[in-house]
Amino acid sequence: MPTIYVEGQPYEVSPGLNLLHACLSLGFNIPYFCWHPAMHSVGACRQCAVKLFKDENDTKGKIVMSCMTLARDGTRISIADPQAVWFRKVAIEWLMLNHPHDCPVCDEGGECHLQDMTEMCGHVYRRTRFKKRTYRNQYLGPFLTHEMNRCIQCYRCVRFYRGYAGGRDFHTLAWHNSVYFGRHQDGVLQSKFSGNLVEVCPTGVFDDKTLARHYVRKWDLQTAPSICVHCALGCNTIPGARYGTLRRIRNRYNGDVNSYWLCDRGRYGYEFVNSPQRIRRPLLRNGDGRPTLAAKETALTQIGGVLRESRHVIGIGSARASLESNFALRCLVGPENFYLGTCRAEVQLLSAAIDVLRNGPVPSASLHEAAWADAVFVLGEDVPNVAPVLELALRQSTLRKPSDTIQDLHIEPWNDAALREAIQTEKGPLFLATTYSTDLDASATQAYHAAPQDIARLGFAVANLLDANAPSVPGLLAPIAALARQIAGQLAEARRPLVVAGVHCGMGAVLQAAANVAYALQRKNENTRICLAAPWCNSLGLGMMGGKCVDSAIDALRARGSTTLVVLESDLYRHLDVAEANNLLNTANHVVVLDSLRHKTTDKADFVLPAGTFAESTGTFVNNEGRAQRFFAVLPPAGEVQESWRWIGELLAASGQRSSAPWQTFDEIVEDLVRAMPAFAPVARAAPSADFRMAGQRIPRQSHRYSGRTAIHAAVNVHEPQPPADPDSPLAFSMEGYLNQPPSSLIPRFWAPQWNSVQAVNKFQEEVAGVLRGGNPGKRLIEPQADGQVEYFTEIPEAFERREGYLLVVPGYHVFGSEELSILSSGVAELAPMPYIAVNPEDAGKLIVRENGLVDVALSTTSHYLPVRIAPAVPPGLAVVPMGLPGIQWNGQPVWKKLLRT
Amino acid sequence: MEKPLTQNIRPDREPLDIREYEQAGGYQALRQALQMSPLKIQEMVTDAYIRGRGGAGFPTGKKWSAVPMGDKARRPKFFAINADEMEPGTFKDRLLMEGDPNLVVESAIIASYAIEADVAYIFLRWAYKLAAQRLTKAIAQAYEKGYLGWNILGSSYSLEMYLHTSAGRYMCGEENGLLNAMEGKRPIPRTRPPHAVMVGIWGKPTAVNNVETIACVPYIVSHGSAAFKALSHTEEGGTKLYGVSGRVKRPGIWELPLGTTLGEIFHDYAGGMRDGYQFRGLLPGGASTSFLVEKHFDARMDFGSMDKTGSRLGTGTIIVLDDKTCPVGMVLNLEQFFARESCGWCTPCREGLPWLRDMLDAIERGAGILEDLEILQEHTWLLQLGHTFCALAPGAVMPLDGALKYFREDFENHIRQHRCPYRH
Repeated sequence: MPTIYVEGQPYEVSPGLNLLHACLSLGFNIPYFCWHPAMHSVGACRQCAVKLFKDENDTKGKIVMSCMTLARDGTRISIADPQAVWFRKVAIEWLMLNHPHDCPVCDEGGECHLQDMTEMCGHVYRRTRFKKRTYRNQYLGPFLTHEMNRCIQCYRCVRFYRGYAGGRDFHTLAWHNSVYFGRHQDGVLQSKFSGNLVEVCPTGVFDDKTLARHYVRKWDLQTAPSICVHCALGCNTIPGARYGTLRRIRNRYNGDVNSYWLCDRGRYGYEFVNSPQRIRRPLLRNGDGRPTLAAKETALTQIGGVLRESRHVIGIGSARASLESNFALRCLVGPENFYLGTCRAEVQLLSAAIDVLRNGPVPSASLHEAAWADAVFVLGEDVPNVAPVLELALRQSTLRKPSDTIQDLHIEPWNDAALREAIQTEKGPLFLATTYSTDLDASATQAYHAAPQDIARLGFAVANLLDANAPSVPGLLAPIAALARQIAGQLAEARRPLVVAGVHCGMGAVLQAAANVAYALQRKNENTRICLAAPWCNSLGLGMMGGKCVDSAIDALRARGSTTLVVLESDLYRHLDVAEANNLLNTANHVVVLDSLRHKTTDKADFVLPAGTFAESTGTFVNNEGRAQRFFAVLPPAGEVQESWRWIGELLAASGQRSSAPWQTFDEIVEDLVRAMPAFAPVARAAPSADFRMAGQRIPRQSHRYSGRTAIHAAVNVHEPQPPADPDSPLAFSMEGYLNQPPSSLIPRFWAPQWNSVQAVNKFQEEVAGVLRGGNPGKRLIEPQADGQVEYFTEIPEAFERREGYLLVVPGYHVFGSEELSILSSGVAELAPMPYIAVNPEDAGKLIVRENGLVDVALSTTSHYLPVRIAPAVPPGLAVVPMGLPGIQWNGQPVWKKLLRT
Repeated sequence: MEKPLTQNIRPDREPLDIREYEQAGGYQALRQALQMSPLKIQEMVTDAYIRGRGGAGFPTGKKWSAVPMGDKARRPKFFAINADEMEPGTFKDRLLMEGDPNLVVESAIIASYAIEADVAYIFLRWAYKLAAQRLTKAIAQAYEKGYLGWNILGSSYSLEMYLHTSAGRYMCGEENGLLNAMEGKRPIPRTRPPHAVMVGIWGKPTAVNNVETIACVPYIVSHGSAAFKALSHTEEGGTKLYGVSGRVKRPGIWELPLGTTLGEIFHDYAGGMRDGYQFRGLLPGGASTSFLVEKHFDARMDFGSMDKTGSRLGTGTIIVLDDKTCPVGMVLNLEQFFARESCGWCTPCREGLPWLRDMLDAIERGAGILEDLEILQEHTWLLQLGHTFCALAPGAVMPLDGALKYFREDFENHIRQHRCPYRH
């Protein structure tokens, strides 16, 4: 460990850091702009100047930029040196020459890094008397505002957008002090990571447009740690609420998961919480079939009566509901009557995935590990659209091997621009095998587009090349065999190989092939990791809980009379054929649905109970890695809304199964869960229990600057109301409580004295950009078998063969549109494409159909009239239909179909 | 006196075409060079102690010897000839490229051979249209004659050469800006180290040298290091193109021994001031050098001696300030140029230079205040080398620093009188 001297005092620092990184990690305050803990140094802003001394006798020293100077053993610096202090002060003055000083009307105000740094440098007065430079702003789409006059040209935005996230429609434009960051022309930013500019930008050039519509200052937001519900990666978030509505989502740093980033679906999908489709009160269906609002007690009594009288009650769980709510339902109906709210094919795939993680020898990769992989093979998954933040991680992984190969150039890993200049375009290896082209193709070493069967065969062939004990693939075509050799060669050479697959391409063989590759690699290299993408925020939690697939529920219902169906937080029409879903809902004598939003299933229910969304609930999700992560209510549920597990607890009492609701608090249900299913034991440790206190105090959800506490309710009552109680967590709906840093899983916001912006996260990490103090939140539930016998999957599918007159319809995905909840946000809906069917030009020719020509394809017994997209990357014989878009009724299982021209 | 750079250049006629150039002894140095090992040429250039004529004065031999050689070097390797001459007052490379394009091409081939480069680029200033024409012809003829391409003159050495015309920005001529510009990127500077000899164009080893620097190489190869060194008056080797512009009797450019004194160039070659004008000061090496005055006339015009005066040799092209020209206006003109040509990468340059320009403009208009002088003076320290990312801003404040040192009274008069005293 090198020792550096700051103001003459020795400090030990980690080897290989630059001085800025080292000093921030030591707790010193050095102002900076262009440096970013994940994007490192480029030395542009010159704000982090310090004095560097040659040795202890050097009293003169020289100004250096701390971000560009290696913290070598024996380095002597001064941060407080008067010249350095003055230089940093003038640097702020330069940046302020053109800054509009519009803090009072700027959305960034109060969480602005530029404000913080200006204060830190002591700059108060600009000595200039000349005109400021002004810019024209651009329309950048539904997510971001653009106010270029505030720009201080730190280049972080363009470095993130292009360099880190691979975007191409955002540039540095113009010259000298007119440098401009934007698009060549107004228009929607194409990157699904554009929202990160809000946090990357140190001032108010890019701000959250959705927040601007219902704007609140940071300090007036009530916040709590939460987990994103829009895919299975489980990115950590900080939602903020005010006046009973959710106002925005911010990233919550978790070094193992999402690090500093969110995708735009995660950041902007939150508006469903405020949607007019929200169910806020219990609904009962009258004798004439019309829904009527009911009081809570009435609803509970009636449903309790129904449950008591039913001879058979079955429950359908939900992959987007918490572990606790699913467990509660399982208690209500009994494990034998608990069904997973997904169709047979998806249940099988998910079980297979969990089996690979549980019983295979390869550990699942965290996103952090994915970003550090030095060779990646993706099978079947459209990563950018089904697991967006994984795309970001894979983009970083493509820099690892090239960085290793140029080690003799002695470029420090943080010297970002120099590293990229040396690497140029030699990135990878990253191999993709997908059914259509994805956003990662341009960054891939090879992108292979084929039918799922052929993707599986490629995977099996790679596994066989890596380990001859793995089954070989008969009849492999020469080019595919060559590709397999290339992939196997690169994976075998890698130090940290990663295999990515999942359930989205709808074929178990692809998953098995991926497992074989990972198993074969693991025998050579214990650093092998596997990453399996799943569709919902709690897919793995539900899968681990286990249950039957929803398809079989219908047989169970038919077999017995007088049945009641209890549906937890899901729209069956998204998982089943229309006919199947109708059948299921019509066969049951009574249907009870607990959900937060109106949809087709609630419209058919006899009873609807208003469930809280993630924002109003406390619960646990298990992400695709197998990491149990706790989320906490951001705002107290209003009116009769409550967590599903609470409703079900009350139903247990109302139906007479228990004398009273079994769970008064969250900890009680977690205790029951862990007792009933020991596999979930770590869930109890995912966050401190509700009785946890810091210095005898709760953790406040409101900042110490929260305004209007006594005024908000004054229109109703001038007496200040009692803050809502929170029996479920150590957090309080109050501004009173422990103000210092809580345990990492309870961080409601990042703030530290002098650090009001998101950069305050520096102060919460053990070492800047490292783990949060006390460890990153979340507990892994699945670890591989230590000495498990490797058994290869041996069922190799036949090669794909085209069928005359038919196309194999496979599922496609869109980050904006394919997910159920986020599409209720206006911005996401705006960016969602219209439904379509994509076919190869050759097949389009056979169909005699042009681009946008309509075809009729029967999916899930429903006719779909879809415009054709001609896509050369779709292999001949395949057709891609995007999942989840409004108007598409299909469960996504590959199926041979005839397309009819209309 | 031998003039290795300008021996073929006659102001009154077209440059030699390749046949005439060969008849005048051209391409003999290349033949000799190909008989030597590249390392031998490097050694000769090191011994000749030629310092980079682009203005920074880095020893060329030292630069070349840092290029990775042999089989282990990452390939392809590049040689880039910096012909993006855009410093105000500087026109020496133009003379070489327009006057003897074949010399430039031959020099580039030998230099490329010395570092075993696979590809050479001549990175030419956008506005040098005539030079572009003549170099294009010279390169094409060199290919025809077998001086370029595969197995040059039957040797095992192969080289491709391209003329790349720049987009027309001063920053493109900064070594690292040039590398980025070559790659089609914004010409922002690069972090050093790694130096271009390790990570240059497309991330591969690249030597970047000024036109005048490499033009000395054929002479070194054919006459030896000692002969080259003997051409100069000081320990730095060779001749130098010195130019003089301003209100002198004979503005022009001359090839003289390196280390010729300032006074000799001013009086003997430029003929002193035009009648009716008094000498006030000069910038010895282009716009990014500090002012010198009469007391410096004995100083030798080489890198080492000029550094001792507080100015720099720079490009060795002198700009003379007379007594009827406003020094504030002159510095304003220069700072306008530098502020405009800042690439916008680092804060001190991007924001500091326009501020300086605005203050100078205010002073020149009669709207200056005394506090401006303090801020101007502060900036001569704030924009020092090491404080900024590259050397553009430190160069930009050099003439300002000199002007504040020698002509402070003029600045104060502007402010006190609320007008420019030089205007009527």
